Amino acid sequence: MFFTSWRAGQNARPTNVAVTVMKQLVVFIRKEFYHVFRDRRTLLILFGLPTAQIMLFGYALSSEVKNISLAIVDFSKDVASQQIVGKIQSSTYFTIQQSTMSYGDMERAFLKGKIKAALVFPTDFYDDLQHVKKAQIQIITDASDPNTATTITNYLTRIVGDYQQEMNQNARVPYQIVTEMRMLYNPDMNGSLNFIPGVLALILMIVCTTLTSVSIVREKELGTMEVLLVSPFQPILVLIAKAVPYLVLSLLDFVLILVLAVFVLHMPIRGSVSLLFAESTLFIICCLSLGLMISNVTSSQQVAMLVSMMGMMLPTILFTGFIFPLENMPVPLQIIANVVPSRWYYLIVKAIMLKGLGLGAVWKETLILMGMTLALLGISLKNFKIRLA
Amino acid sequence: MGAVTLTNVTKTYDEGKVLAVDDVSLSVEPGELFGLIGPDGAGKSTLFRILTTVLLADNGTATVDGYDVVKDYRAIRKTVGYMPGRFSLYQDLTVEENLTFFATLFGTTIRENYDLIKDIYEQIEPFKTRRAGKLSGGMKQKLALCCALIHKPTVLFLDEPTTGVDVVSRREFWAMLKRLKQQGITILVSTPYMDEAVLCERIALIQTGQLLSVDTPQNIVNAYAGQLFAARADSIPHALTEIRQFDPVRSSYAFGDTIHVTFRDDNEQNQQQLTQYLQQKGHTNVAVTAITPTIEDRFIQLMTKDTSS
Repeated sequence: MFFTSWRAGQNARPTNVAVTVMKQLVVFIRKEFYHVFRDRRTLLILFGLPTAQIMLFGYALSSEVKNISLAIVDFSKDVASQQIVGKIQSSTYFTIQQSTMSYGDMERAFLKGKIKAALVFPTDFYDDLQHVKKAQIQIITDASDPNTATTITNYLTRIVGDYQQEMNQNARVPYQIVTEMRMLYNPDMNGSLNFIPGVLALILMIVCTTLTSVSIVREKELGTMEVLLVSPFQPILVLIAKAVPYLVLSLLDFVLILVLAVFVLHMPIRGSVSLLFAESTLFIICCLSLGLMISNVTSSQQVAMLVSMMGMMLPTILFTGFIFPLENMPVPLQIIANVVPSRWYYLIVKAIMLKGLGLGAVWKETLILMGMTLALLGISLKNFKIRLA
Repeated sequence: MGAVTLTNVTKTYDEGKVLAVDDVSLSVEPGELFGLIGPDGAGKSTLFRILTTVLLADNGTATVDGYDVVKDYRAIRKTVGYMPGRFSLYQDLTVEENLTFFATLFGTTIRENYDLIKDIYEQIEPFKTRRAGKLSGGMKQKLALCCALIHKPTVLFLDEPTTGVDVVSRREFWAMLKRLKQQGITILVSTPYMDEAVLCERIALIQTGQLLSVDTPQNIVNAYAGQLFAARADSIPHALTEIRQFDPVRSSYAFGDTIHVTFRDDNEQNQQQLTQYLQQKGHTNVAVTAITPTIEDRFIQLMTKDTSS
């Protein structure tokens, strides 16, 4: 069938089908790269957007905090507590709002947002320190902003630690001040400093989906799809020829983000880099399939852009779990979150990069991503139109 | 069997609400230069898309090179050349890149079929490193034609190839088609320009999805019913309104800087009476002459006959 209609008489050389298909694919993929490198907008989305995002998250959301409003709740009012408060005052990190208040006042101040943290000295602070050599102090922070809360706790603990060290320099039995921490509103400290895996998931999701869908829809919109259809090139190969360049470009993107994260933001990669790479390839293919699916149901570049950028951005930010902890969400939302691929990828990246775990720990997430990829790919292949709408 | 056949083809859009092609049957002979002539929205592009297998007809059957457009669509896509109505090449690719791309897609190379496109390609070769989007209208059409020809198709479908192209380029384009015809390629071309119709061997006049007439341009003109006159006067718009009120006149319409007129009965006095009538109405420089109708005149005649019946 193939050969009979392949005008073999006109093309004197007998053409091997596989060779022809390979040549077609190569020239098609090269064409895609021309499109990308000749379009400043695509390049910007591809490389500018990730750089800007990672820098923004890295610096604008940096965990360094200054001028924290702090309340001192001092039930002891002794030399030791005064000395600690003095040390705190001399640091640039804190502005002391009120030196004495009751628990009730403190809670109201927290709710109104007047203070970010409170330091509580119990009544027998000095007595305990002098006689038992061991006293307690309480740090209460507003952990609705978890990054700031951790930082504040760290600062205060260190100041108290400094004071303790000074005291111990000329003491036979070491003094010990135990800091007790309470993180209000978000006791588990989910989504603290680990935003980079989230940003990685977000960027790959948006970039892959948008670029793939737009590039196919552009062929429809400019009418070139019509010419492609009336050619021996198999329509299904259009999808492959589109997916391959964007897979390569997305992997480049991934490397770029990783390099920025490691060398500029000093993010550790504790686990296997090759496993991370493999998992990311899987996630990228998943996003590409989603892009292909979007391109099947849209017919203008603008709609495709809107669907894949706006439509994907919000669910990804909401349901990945790197900004809003999924565990705190209502059950229906948690169920929805399960169908967002970036949610699983985020878990995988966190496990590999931060916890240094191997495939054994993430096989379940990997299987889920694989399943999603196959489903999305199947749907887009099945719905690909071999004719005009 | 014809190179291209259509049998009772009907196509509607918007779930049957818009009738684009209405029961069209047609046969184009191998090696023929066949024109599909009709205004915008007549259904020309729809017919082309059905024949190039990218649209499915609601009813009827069609074949290209003996292959069925539905069943054997893969075979047709390999053998035909298609140039859609809208410029459909990659604007951000250069002339050469576009040509190489399409040549490879069709499993061939530029060199292999260079003799076929040589005449056309030589004209755009000086601009081969220029991006297709930066070419002039005529150049774009030549490039598109090269891309549609590069695999030596047996049937060439050209959908309004000269729309938006200057007069000189249009003439050149038709000269190229004549040369391609000599290579034995069947060419189906559509155009809204009536003056291009005479350049085809046979034409089909199409209006609102229906074929009005299929014949050689000469036969179509010969089939013109009655004698046609061209009336001239200083003020054409006024003359036209007055001619329309003149009882013996059957039809009248502005045609360039004249008014074409036919009468209900062909008698010797018509010419004389109309001249006098216009002079009575105060028109100056009145002249009424008997003329040979053009294809457009026949088209208008068929169209009005169609709507009056």
